[in-house]
Amino acid sequence: MRYETIPTTCSYCGCGCEVLLQVLDGELIGVLPSKASPINEGSLCIKGWNLHEFVVSERRLRKPMLRKGGSLVETSWEEALDEVAGRLAKIKSESGPDSIAALSSAKCTNEENYLMQRFVRAAIGTNNVDHCARL
Amino acid sequence: MTNSIAELEDAACIFIIGSNTTEAHPLVANRILRAKQKGAKLIVADPRKIHIAEFADIHLSHRLGSDVALINGIMHVILAEGWEAKDYIASRTEGFEALERVVRGYTPEKVSGITGVPAEQIRAVAEAYARSASSSIVYAMGITQHTTGVDNVKSLANLAMLCGRIGVECGGVNPLRGQNNVQGACDMGALPNVLPGYQKVTDEAARKKFEQAWGVALPSEVGLTVMKMMNGLHAGSVRALYVMGENPAMSDPNSHHVREALSRAELLVVQDITLTETTEYAHAVLPGVSFAEKDGTFTNTERRVQRVRKGIEPVGDSREDGWILCELSRRLGHAMELEPASELMDEIAGLTPSYGGMRYDRLEAFGLQWPCPDAEHPGTKYLHKDKFARGRGLFHAIEYQPPAEACDDEYPMQLTTGRSFVHFHTGTMTRRSPSLDEEQKDPFVQMHPEDAEAHGISPPGQVKVITRRGSISLEAKLSARIPKGMLFIPFHFAEAAANLLTIDALDPIAGIPEYKVCAARVERE
Ligand code: SF4
Repeated sequence: MRYETIPTTCSYCGCGCEVLLQVLDGELIGVLPSKASPINEGSLCIKGWNLHEFVVSERRLRKPMLRKGGSLVETSWEEALDEVAGRLAKIKSESGPDSIAALSSAKCTNEENYLMQRFVRAAIGTNNVDHCARL
Repeated sequence: MTNSIAELEDAACIFIIGSNTTEAHPLVANRILRAKQKGAKLIVADPRKIHIAEFADIHLSHRLGSDVALINGIMHVILAEGWEAKDYIASRTEGFEALERVVRGYTPEKVSGITGVPAEQIRAVAEAYARSASSSIVYAMGITQHTTGVDNVKSLANLAMLCGRIGVECGGVNPLRGQNNVQGACDMGALPNVLPGYQKVTDEAARKKFEQAWGVALPSEVGLTVMKMMNGLHAGSVRALYVMGENPAMSDPNSHHVREALSRAELLVVQDITLTETTEYAHAVLPGVSFAEKDGTFTNTERRVQRVRKGIEPVGDSREDGWILCELSRRLGHAMELEPASELMDEIAGLTPSYGGMRYDRLEAFGLQWPCPDAEHPGTKYLHKDKFARGRGLFHAIEYQPPAEACDDEYPMQLTTGRSFVHFHTGTMTRRSPSLDEEQKDPFVQMHPEDAEAHGISPPGQVKVITRRGSISLEAKLSARIPKGMLFIPFHFAEAAANLLTIDALDPIAGIPEYKVCAARVERE
């Protein structure tokens, strides 16, 4: 049996409480508040205390999907990525990069947001990138 | 936030406006309650008697969308009494005369007529805010989600500068960011007009720097905001939309319009961790991972960049979001290496002045607050210390304007939307969490008992709430905490989605939709 606690940051609201992920044999089993954090000093709200539950939800997607004949069908990463990239390239060559737009995410990390805006600006070639900051 | 969460605890006066702090930002609320325990004066301005209003010395129940008038009224009193910070105004600000001219017209009596707040209360708030040893303003979406959102924010800055409360300990104007990394997404340039670090896409020198780093020419025209993307899909000028970790079919106002737009996309790609209302329209769905399955950083509402650490392997065959983006980028001919997150942060630091000193080894213990320009810089507890970012702080003279949609005979009530303490945003995470779902399962509309009686509604009764955009059915919860003539619906519930009702009138500058007020009526089911 291997039990670890990994310090990380709560992914719900902008307070940014530090939590400890409780991991038992590779499974996420709960979270604890960090006592030393200058933000939460050992407390968490109801969302924070239950933070692990959505991570291990049955409803998590486990495979990429493509719409075929009206419904979403599981497929391989190779096929999904080739299909998406191919269609983006086609639309870009037909109608120009500004016919493509992207929404980045206030839930994702800084590094991912950086990569997303770089992808949109450098790979697609448009500034049509935004996220739901206003919402 | 201009200041830090911990500073709130030592403020002598805290003015909360448009923030349901205990429900939406519980751990910030903790600090505020501790401040109160230490003797701070607490002022809460919110039409509803929200939970934190119970602890307030003064609770102002102003009408929805009357914030500018209220703040102008407070400033009127401060000027009339001579409580303004004269030296600060003279040495650190400009535009004061124009402000004074406009504010002169907002007598407490006139403001009382617009806001419904007694003139005496306006005077009391002015005194508490202006005359306490330190005063901090805290606000959230109740201020920004209006067609006058930018005006509201500027008005709060006016008030703070008038009393010399910006650039000082335990002061400031402090927006509470709704989502964990809204601050970071903005900092990283996930916006149509700026590159990372708010460097304008129209600024050639800034563009050059990124062009050199990325080895490719960059577009110089400002791109589309979310709402304009939706309009573009409608019109056909936008053919493809790529959505990472968002749920616009639920979160955006006037959802019918948004869903119609999404259904017109020739290509809709959604990268997310579960199916959502938005994936119903998707052509491709790419499973990303949650925060527990990756390394990275989030930037919280007080600008603190903190580590996110991987605890478990990705669920099923889901992949890190960064990996997905790099794979697609490579296929489109622009190679982005998926470096370890720490090296990616080095790249970001090299291009983003305010993140210049952010390095993973320095972030280990509780992160650093930007601006942190170099490797020796300790980070910044509060902004604008000796001078404003722009030099002098600029006052904006602002007149009150009513909300976009007025009430009439057909839609006589005002509808507002927001959060509950249990759930988060569109519920894609919290409603899939068994404990949270158990806590609050069903959608509801909060209304005043007298309004309910007038409509023959006695709970537990289903009602229909109708606006010019649509209608939804849900349970009525009666409460005297909400003023008569007003309805409140939390927007977490897909089966009675509040945003089918909300109006997509936007703030002309920030493009923020007016979620916080529209005209509605209620009917018994
Ligand atoms: S624990 Fe609660 S208050 Fe803290 S960041 Fe998470 S959601 Fe926000």
